[in-house]
Amino acid sequence: MTSQSPTLTTEAVREQLRNARGPQLWRSIDQLADTTAFRELVEREFPRGASELDDGVSRRSFLKLMGASLALAGVTGCTYMPRAKLAPFVEQPQGGRVPGIPLFYASALTLNGFASGILVRSNEGRPTKVEGNPLHPASRGGTDIFAQAEVLTMYDPDRSTQVLNNGAASTWDAFTTTLGNSLTAQSVTQGAGIRLLTTTVTSPTLAAQIEQFLQAYPQANWYQYEPINRDNVVAGARLAFGEDVSTRYDFSAAQVVLSLDADFLAPGPGFGAYARDFSDNRRVDAASTAMNRLYVVEATPSSTGITAEHRLALKAGQVEGFARALAAALGVADVPAGAAVPANAQAFLQGVAADLQANQGNTIVIAGAQQPPAVHAIAHAINAALGNVGNTVIYTAPVEARPALQTSELAALTNEIAAGSVELLVMIDGNPAYNAPGDLRFAERLAQVPLSVHLSLFVDETASRATWHIPLAHALESWSDARAFDGTASIVQPLIEPLYQGKTSHELLAAMLGDANADPLALVQNTWQAQANGSFDIFWQTALATGVIADSAAPTLTPALQTGAIPAAPPETSGLELVFRPDASLWDGQYANNGWLMELPRPLSQLVWDNAALISPRTAIRLLNLPISVDQLIAPAGGDADKAATATRERALELLTQANGTVVQLSYRGGSVELPIWLMPGHAEDSITVMLGYGRSNAGRIGDGIGVNVYPVRTSDALWFGSDLTLAATGRTYQLVSTQNHWTLEGRDIYRVGTFDRFSADPKSISRDIYNEKYGRDSPGYESLMPRVDYTGRNKWGMTINLNACIGCNACVVACQSENNIPIVGKDQVAVGREMHWIRIDRYFAGSDLDNPDTYVMPLTCMQCENAPCEVVCPVAATVHDYEGINNMVYNRCVGTKYCSNNCPYKVRRFNFFQYSDLNTITLQLARNPEVTVRNRGVMEKCTFCIQRISDARIEAKKTAVAAGQTDYTIADGTIVTACEGACPTAAIVFGDLNDPASRVAKWRGEGHNYGLLGELNTFPRTTYLARVRNPNPDLELEG
Amino acid sequence: MGQIFPRNANLLARLSIFGGLLLVVELILITGVFFRSNYFRQINVAVEQPVAFSHQLHNGVLGVDCRYCHTSVGQSYFANIPATETCMTCHSQIAQYSPNLEVVRESYATGAPIEWIKVHNVPDFVYFNHSIHVNKGVGCTTCHGQINNMPVVWQTQGYFMAWCLDCHRQPEQFLRPREEVYNADYVQPANQLEIGRQLVAEYGIMPAAQLTNCYVCHR
Repeated sequence: MTSQSPTLTTEAVREQLRNARGPQLWRSIDQLADTTAFRELVEREFPRGASELDDGVSRRSFLKLMGASLALAGVTGCTYMPRAKLAPFVEQPQGGRVPGIPLFYASALTLNGFASGILVRSNEGRPTKVEGNPLHPASRGGTDIFAQAEVLTMYDPDRSTQVLNNGAASTWDAFTTTLGNSLTAQSVTQGAGIRLLTTTVTSPTLAAQIEQFLQAYPQANWYQYEPINRDNVVAGARLAFGEDVSTRYDFSAAQVVLSLDADFLAPGPGFGAYARDFSDNRRVDAASTAMNRLYVVEATPSSTGITAEHRLALKAGQVEGFARALAAALGVADVPAGAAVPANAQAFLQGVAADLQANQGNTIVIAGAQQPPAVHAIAHAINAALGNVGNTVIYTAPVEARPALQTSELAALTNEIAAGSVELLVMIDGNPAYNAPGDLRFAERLAQVPLSVHLSLFVDETASRATWHIPLAHALESWSDARAFDGTASIVQPLIEPLYQGKTSHELLAAMLGDANADPLALVQNTWQAQANGSFDIFWQTALATGVIADSAAPTLTPALQTGAIPAAPPETSGLELVFRPDASLWDGQYANNGWLMELPRPLSQLVWDNAALISPRTAIRLLNLPISVDQLIAPAGGDADKAATATRERALELLTQANGTVVQLSYRGGSVELPIWLMPGHAEDSITVMLGYGRSNAGRIGDGIGVNVYPVRTSDALWFGSDLTLAATGRTYQLVSTQNHWTLEGRDIYRVGTFDRFSADPKSISRDIYNEKYGRDSPGYESLMPRVDYTGRNKWGMTINLNACIGCNACVVACQSENNIPIVGKDQVAVGREMHWIRIDRYFAGSDLDNPDTYVMPLTCMQCENAPCEVVCPVAATVHDYEGINNMVYNRCVGTKYCSNNCPYKVRRFNFFQYSDLNTITLQLARNPEVTVRNRGVMEKCTFCIQRISDARIEAKKTAVAAGQTDYTIADGTIVTACEGACPTAAIVFGDLNDPASRVAKWRGEGHNYGLLGELNTFPRTTYLARVRNPNPDLELEG
Repeated sequence: MGQIFPRNANLLARLSIFGGLLLVVELILITGVFFRSNYFRQINVAVEQPVAFSHQLHNGVLGVDCRYCHTSVGQSYFANIPATETCMTCHSQIAQYSPNLEVVRESYATGAPIEWIKVHNVPDFVYFNHSIHVNKGVGCTTCHGQINNMPVVWQTQGYFMAWCLDCHRQPEQFLRPREEVYNADYVQPANQLEIGRQLVAEYGIMPAAQLTNCYVCHR
């Protein structure tokens, strides 16, 4: 640790550091400003206080407790070890089930109503891990964070366990009796007083049941509502084609992609397919002759935005004007002109237009679900004009059971309730009392309904206001079906009996149709009976085994563009704009009680356990009247040489960082909400983004009271963004916790990036920069004091991560958490740098432009160094190398000195400062992977390369070999899939044997742009990276 | 004023100081020995089961193969306890009215599992895998003792890590031909080392440098 002598001023230290080598990459504005707080984070292994007991137990009382428990241990020691019991089956299940060997079942999970195929691991009947289903078009073998975290939601101890009637325990029988009586009364008026409110329905079975119900009660109405809905997509298609059409994109054929505020590389319908196809098209190797190019126009920095070659930060309200101007530039007829495009966007616009023109037929213009219908209609028109339709843009029959304008449907429902015409309201899933736009006052209206029924996983805000609450069976406990983004249907099959007597939506609908004790399996089978050609049994077993129903995709259509469909541009808005976005982790709030997701650093902001108002630094200075001039933030032209200017800039940046956490009052359309602000470089000017899904009051022990609920200020006429925002400082500050400065690797050259042109000329040129710069040659070529081990003839496990494919979606982080029993620690603990994730996604900004910096993401986990710095400092040999070169962490030897972590240059070791693993909650014990030790307080842990999967594969290979009479065993490439690799939707991670020249990892490692992180330290990391390659438009070379 | 303590009390004081220290050391030693004792670990203590099942009769006398009941031993980490159904395959024909089998019949009739008492236990952080051991020539009796002579099962080994390592360091001292793994009467031949080395080569047993890696058993 460096210490400052009293005579050395901060300024002098800064100057020294500048002379050393100024950071090209920066984690945060704090780093750019080089604040003392940041330096301390870098220099101390853990933030101050991280290694002290501050959990309310003083040292003295701790010692007293220790003494007492030692004495008690002596007493209990006078007996022998307790005996466990073993309860075998009474009848051994058939079908090749071997006790102790996990089985995988194909099923599907839905987000926004759209299915993604999964394979669920079942250990002795307990679902413990979700993997992607390679056969499913929306998964392609990968998953998103929500699918990974569903296991924890299923075992959530806060789930609803019983039927409630006005808050008092009741029974399903009592409920069905009440329901039956009400329905009988309603049948007189043909159900005029009945309303059914569901989330987006793609399930053929549920759709058929609802249709049957509506036939029985013709006056009843069915509404759908989700706060993160696709109203604009539906309305845009209606505008363009005059009919309901679903759009899907084929990124595998797209050379140039323009996203108009569309975050297609984030979870949503089609995410798995889009992310995979898009990244396959930019996964370059020595033989590559082309690479796709992405342009993004957006207000809030997103995963898609940072992946783009060129990103234009525009207010969400200005995107429509941009779309209209683009249509004009491309000569698309019939698009009325809009507001003028800002001057700084002109060059971008011309560049995009020329590129789209040049690649006609192989481009995609995709509009975001939060952009108004006109933008979608314009995108349809542009895609048609560019000849993309049928090639990269595919139109199909609607995938949803009934495409709907959901916000208007909810508004209609609230109006009907206000008018007193709703007597029975049945709500299936969803949480409208919490997530309805504030102006609809749904929670108040709900109280006016004489009989309301809510089927949900939790006794949430809506359930506690409804007269009846029915516990919902989780998707992993249910028989159902659902369609993917392209219409492909899957059967949802249960992995376990409902833990708390939950009911599926099908059982509730059946009860409404008079069958109170329906079998959901029979209901689902009934739907598909008619569709099976030939034997239903074969059809059904195939559907269950593969996870998809063959040939069930929606038929493609060739809808005709309506002429004169695109309305004239709306009047130009000015002033401050408020943007609502789904939270990257909590979505609309339904995942608020999921600890894995709550503690997941949100992509880009890296915030945990809170939402904030994201704001660009420039706007923050102006609105908060910070005593900084914007000019001071710009890097001096003379670079570091201009010392005075640089020092001024750093002081200005330091002042700026203090704005983080300032609580502001956002007054918007008559409502107001108080939120802390978070500076987000790259955010559009005059625009503030807030995340939905926080401030829950009835979420459970994790989600209650976390963050601020912004639904009350959301309005039904402008669901996603709107102007008329005013901001006022409250004078208060709030501690936001972001992991952006945790585990820093100092200013070393970590992330390598270069252009495709440079890559094509010499692939090595991107990866060897550091050596050239530092040593004037291609590699450091140090002599090592450590003897090198020869791993020839052994399995030399290694991993390579393709930075070109990584989109920073966090799926690997949650997958690792689920596979390796990694606990969550809570906001206070994260604040002192104690988060336990074995794999993390580092985010770097690059360049000196605070307004729109290049942003890079980099997954980082234990590098499994062959010369591991951690091993030589461990006093008890708790971390040692094994025969195959993996760095083993031995929990039982660890005494908690933390020296290893101190000496790790990659900062990938995690210490259990407290008893983070919950050893008491039984349902959480069921969720754990039995193949991995649950760590206790006081031990270090880290990535093991999923050693349990390696061991399994090795044992199986050896058994096969010995049975065949062979002495050598081989483990085929791809047999071992680590949790992070399996979850990755873009296949950015490969794992395998480096000694097998045919393995994928060996091939990747042979690429010219492969590099070892901090390779100059002579650690010989087993995990390496493929440098990022960008394909910028030569006409638009804005910055390096 | 006279002395309260006689001169020889000094000796007592010295003795009690040393004695006290010695006592502490002894206590620590005794505790250590206790936790490693056969008593604490219940070695050689027969465990009474809900059903008076005799391995001696079934395996030793009747010669029922281990795998007839413990079906998964060769495929899974876990050597399963047989389902009630497995007992009933024979006992619906043989000794079907025996009072010893009342619990079994009741389980089969009611569907409630028989709750057997676990005899052999390793700590949670040990990931012992039966299948790889029996496939590579480690006999059942090597770890479980002469199970064919046990009317009621007991544990014959302490299952200390050092004991595991004896074999992981020198597997040739314990291996037997694969076809003898389930033979409870197998006796090590006089030339065990010679045969053992052959088997190590033939079965492709990992070198000791790998067999003694922490991650082989712990994760």
